[in-house]
Amino acid sequence: MSAHTLDLKNRATGDKIRGRLFYALLLVSVTVGFVLLGTLLVDVFRKGLPFVDGILLTEPPSAVPERAGARPAILGTIYIMGLLLVMAVPIGVGTAIYLEEYANREKWYNRLLELNIQNLAAVPSIVYGILGLAFLVRGLGLGRVTLAGAMILTLLVLPIVIVASREAIRAVPDSIRQGAYALGATQWQTISRQVLPAAIPGIATGSILALARAIGETAPLILVGALTYVAFDPTILGPFTALPIQIYQWIARPQEDFRLLAAAAIIVLLVILLTMNAFAIWLRNRYQRRW
Amino acid sequence: MATSDLTAGAQPLGLRAERRRFGEDAIKGIFALCALVSVLTTVGIVAALLLPSIEFFQEVSLVEFFTETRWAPLFSNASFGVLPLLVGTFSVTIWACLVCMPFGLGAAIYLSEYARPRARRILKPALEVLAGIPTVVYGFFALTFFTPFLQDLGLDVGVFNALSAGIVMGVMLVPTVASISEDAMSAVPQDLRDGAYGLGASRLQVSTRIVVPAAISGIVASYVLAISRAVGETMIVLIAAGQLARITFDPREAIETMTAFIAATGIGDVPTGSTAYKTIFAVGLTLFCITLVMNVISIRLVRKYREIYE
Repeated sequence: MSAHTLDLKNRATGDKIRGRLFYALLLVSVTVGFVLLGTLLVDVFRKGLPFVDGILLTEPPSAVPERAGARPAILGTIYIMGLLLVMAVPIGVGTAIYLEEYANREKWYNRLLELNIQNLAAVPSIVYGILGLAFLVRGLGLGRVTLAGAMILTLLVLPIVIVASREAIRAVPDSIRQGAYALGATQWQTISRQVLPAAIPGIATGSILALARAIGETAPLILVGALTYVAFDPTILGPFTALPIQIYQWIARPQEDFRLLAAAAIIVLLVILLTMNAFAIWLRNRYQRRW
Repeated sequence: MATSDLTAGAQPLGLRAERRRFGEDAIKGIFALCALVSVLTTVGIVAALLLPSIEFFQEVSLVEFFTETRWAPLFSNASFGVLPLLVGTFSVTIWACLVCMPFGLGAAIYLSEYARPRARRILKPALEVLAGIPTVVYGFFALTFFTPFLQDLGLDVGVFNALSAGIVMGVMLVPTVASISEDAMSAVPQDLRDGAYGLGASRLQVSTRIVVPAAISGIVASYVLAISRAVGETMIVLIAAGQLARITFDPREAIETMTAFIAATGIGDVPTGSTAYKTIFAVGLTLFCITLVMNVISIRLVRKYREIYE
């Protein structure tokens, strides 16, 4: 009898200790990412902050670290953002409208389309670079230009825009559509005047996050050919560079000074990304409606 | 009878019979064209990889490609054995998985079973920030901070090594694993947990013996997707793991992955049409096939848990 109680008590304390240990392990799992992120930010800011200055923002790259800037790269990234906005967003939203409002899910080709988009979302970004190299740069003869880079990034982030837009459109309740139909609206009138306005905050948030993902991408741009030395302001149909490319070029140099410049350019890139993310979160909190 | 009477009576009132609206059809057509873009992307990717690869495999046999143990496409006595690149990729992937699988699962269990709703609302998007940092930044961190840090710890690692790139990549992949696993765990019905708690189970027991087994297909899906991401990741390995193709599983040494080879060859000015140029596509095709298989498995597994619980 007493042995039995003792056993129970031991088991209870054993369970308690195991429970605590497990909880500690879980906490470590959650925090390990933040520890790395914190270390990364401290390291980058410590190295790069003294070099974030007028020269970095307004001068072209140079072989002399003291005079080297990232002006063409920053401009290139801004151009790419603009081009993505006019290409990726309309095509992505259009696909989402087709899938949510028009497509008959029973049809095999619509199911294949969905599976296809899911697969595309997980294709390695460098493979998109190969696509760009083969078709845009050489096939279409577009050459190694800003537009080619932006087109490849468009294809790369299209699945993200589509998924986010679909979720936003799906969140609009059917009663809204039924109400519009009951008043005699056509399908397009219903979509353009009821569904889309209600879904815009979600679409905008998803699109901004997709854009943020795109301007941090390096690998596909390397293959499309943004690795030439660009010392002048880029144009849409001319040779180009972008911030992540400039960062990579500076990292690849052996001199320590260029590594510090890379850290400075990383700070610029992270500030742009952070601003975009914060804007997306603000948009969502400000305008998102719960039905 | 009654309905036909109604229709008959309605027509004189001037209600128009249904007719096709061509404007509406045209609009539907425009959206279908948008959807076609992603289909064309897939067709384009397959064509871009396959066509030059066919030419490549006419010059280099499949047997040589997969059994030769030396990768030196740019040398005068060229050799096209993809094994060193596969081993290099595999080596980095193992280290990434050793980090992201346990930590990702732990984070998912914490978020799903332990965290209060408020903590979850803050932690989930905060974890996603990790996935939003550009990979070139992680590469910089691995090369200029983490490798020297490992050396300070007394590890005999080279300037370029598989270990540092793999670990940093693993931490980057934690949110990928955590997010999909947590979705699967949240889909496990509360009844199962309540039943176990009713029988006197502790939170640890409920987490490990009820929730994890019930969500296993989602967890495996997240693992498979993480492997696929690790295999396809380019910048971290290009910057921090080196460009030295050879067969070694020693994580302290420089290696070359498939992705790093593609990027490095894309940077260099290899003449178009040469066999060396076509290696980009042959290696790209190999990479694409490996990741495609993993992605299909992962998508299937996710669908499986959705079917069971939703």
